[in-house]
Amino acid sequence: MKFKGKAWKFEHNINTDEIIAARYLNTFDAKELGAHCLEDVDKDFSKNIACGDIIVAGKNFGCGSSREHAPIAIKGCGISCVIAESYARIFYRNAVNIGLPIFVSKEAWRKIGKRDLIEVDAEAGVIYNLARKQEYKTEKFPHFMQEIIEAGGLLAWIKKKGKKR
Amino acid sequence: MGYTISEKIFREHCAGKNVRAGDFVWARIDLALGNDVTAPIAIEQFRKIGVKHVFDKNKVVLVPDHFTPAKDIKSATQAKILRDFAKSEKIKHYYEIGRMGIEHALLPELGLVEPGQLIIGADSHTCTYGALGAFATGVGSTDLAAGWATGFCWFKIPQTFKFIYKGRLKEWVSGKDLILFTIGKIGVDGALYRAMEFTGPVIKKLGMDERFTMSNMAIEAGGKAGLIYPDEIAFEYIEKHSGKNKVKKLAKQVKAKWASYKSDPDAAFEKVIEIDVSDIEPQVALPHLPSNAYPVSKLPNIKIEQVVIGSCTNGRISDLRVAAKILKGRKVHPDVRCIIFPATQKIYLEAMREGLLEIFVTANAAVSTPTCGPCLGGHMGILAKGERALATTNRNFVGRMGHPESEVYLSGPAVAAASAVAGKIVHPQKIG
Repeated sequence: MKFKGKAWKFEHNINTDEIIAARYLNTFDAKELGAHCLEDVDKDFSKNIACGDIIVAGKNFGCGSSREHAPIAIKGCGISCVIAESYARIFYRNAVNIGLPIFVSKEAWRKIGKRDLIEVDAEAGVIYNLARKQEYKTEKFPHFMQEIIEAGGLLAWIKKKGKKR
Repeated sequence: MGYTISEKIFREHCAGKNVRAGDFVWARIDLALGNDVTAPIAIEQFRKIGVKHVFDKNKVVLVPDHFTPAKDIKSATQAKILRDFAKSEKIKHYYEIGRMGIEHALLPELGLVEPGQLIIGADSHTCTYGALGAFATGVGSTDLAAGWATGFCWFKIPQTFKFIYKGRLKEWVSGKDLILFTIGKIGVDGALYRAMEFTGPVIKKLGMDERFTMSNMAIEAGGKAGLIYPDEIAFEYIEKHSGKNKVKKLAKQVKAKWASYKSDPDAAFEKVIEIDVSDIEPQVALPHLPSNAYPVSKLPNIKIEQVVIGSCTNGRISDLRVAAKILKGRKVHPDVRCIIFPATQKIYLEAMREGLLEIFVTANAAVSTPTCGPCLGGHMGILAKGERALATTNRNFVGRMGHPESEVYLSGPAVAAASAVAGKIVHPQKIG
């Protein structure tokens, strides 16, 4: 799977309240949540991005609450994948469980510039910075998580596992 | 090599397999909790899995506590999804308005939490139950749905950071101050993916309510669990809360079994961090991270418009007693709205019987029914642009309690109550 889009950069410790504020948690409609994605950090974020664009963030992305509305909102606004230096653990598993592609790269956040055109090759584990002609490696997922990702999320994985347990 | 509490609990939930920190496991769960924000998604996901019913109707817990009593039509609809599901699945532990409480105060109070259990909750503060020696951790709605369908959840068994608290606590310093100080020391991702274990002579003497407060905020350091070894104080709490309103003595064997959930002396801790509490003052975390913790006396003059005392972090009876001690015979500053939320109906009743509610109302504080409301900027105390609140809650992120340009400061109940009187953030000693 390949993802191509402009990079939208964010700092360290972007929390789930910033990704989707609690005032919108009285619904779980992906489109509605997507329209307010990251608005307390960047007011017009969801209006300005193009479908397929990529979030590039620092460490501990998605810290705070367990709200699955956060990865749903990111998917809902049209972001294709997230690259961060590290993730908070509940966001990390939520993203994997619902099939929002996420990548870990220490180098990417430091080197990618605002709005750089990026391509991610998930299988090869490489991020291409087309604007700066650079390449960065993504960290490999543990084997167990790779299985869930390949199945297409937790529900599909459970069905596949079925009675094998 | 010995085992940590986490490894011991996971071993028992993985059919006795010799599992260790770092292993990925598919483990049996004892309780699976959801609320009115997270459970509606879980219910939708659960229906996609294609199983007929939840794995065990006695092990699913549903508490509508976030936007309840319903703040608007959408919230009422979410709560109804929960209620309908609870009815159709015959969920035993569903708690309606008038019987409910903030989930993380309610579950231990109902006697649902026991040492050695493995608990998942679609709420990040599920780690609260670690104070009773249960491995409890926050997950998302899809994890919860999978848990309901199968009775299992996937985990990476975490490494453990052991914290040893030594020394003598100063007056007005509580569990909240210890955990704010700790998060300030290690940062909001200082314990990312790790189990935090709170130990040492100071913890040994700490009451259950303050232990809950500490475990509750493990997540604010990125922690997966906040564990405290179950001892006599924990057993006494369980005895008081497991039988319906009467003390139910625990059998010796049960206590012995539960006491075994202690990390072995030769267990592999990734880090051991010693903290001398003797010099720790009451703490205040400045916006916009819980790790921005400072001793209250080091702060400049910070005026506040609102004080919130309550939440899953600090809405228990001993928190209310501390607030009442300060508010007794005093008045809330004319420029401050002080809102107090007993965390459960039982705590509300206890506060009423002890005369605490009268003290609050006489002091011009508002007393609310249990709800998570203001803590997450849901309802019941939203801030306008430019307003500032001091709260005994757990997060002070941008926009957490309302407008993105409002501010939340975090403290324990003593500083919160004193500041409500002073109209600015002060040390409890400072009010005459």
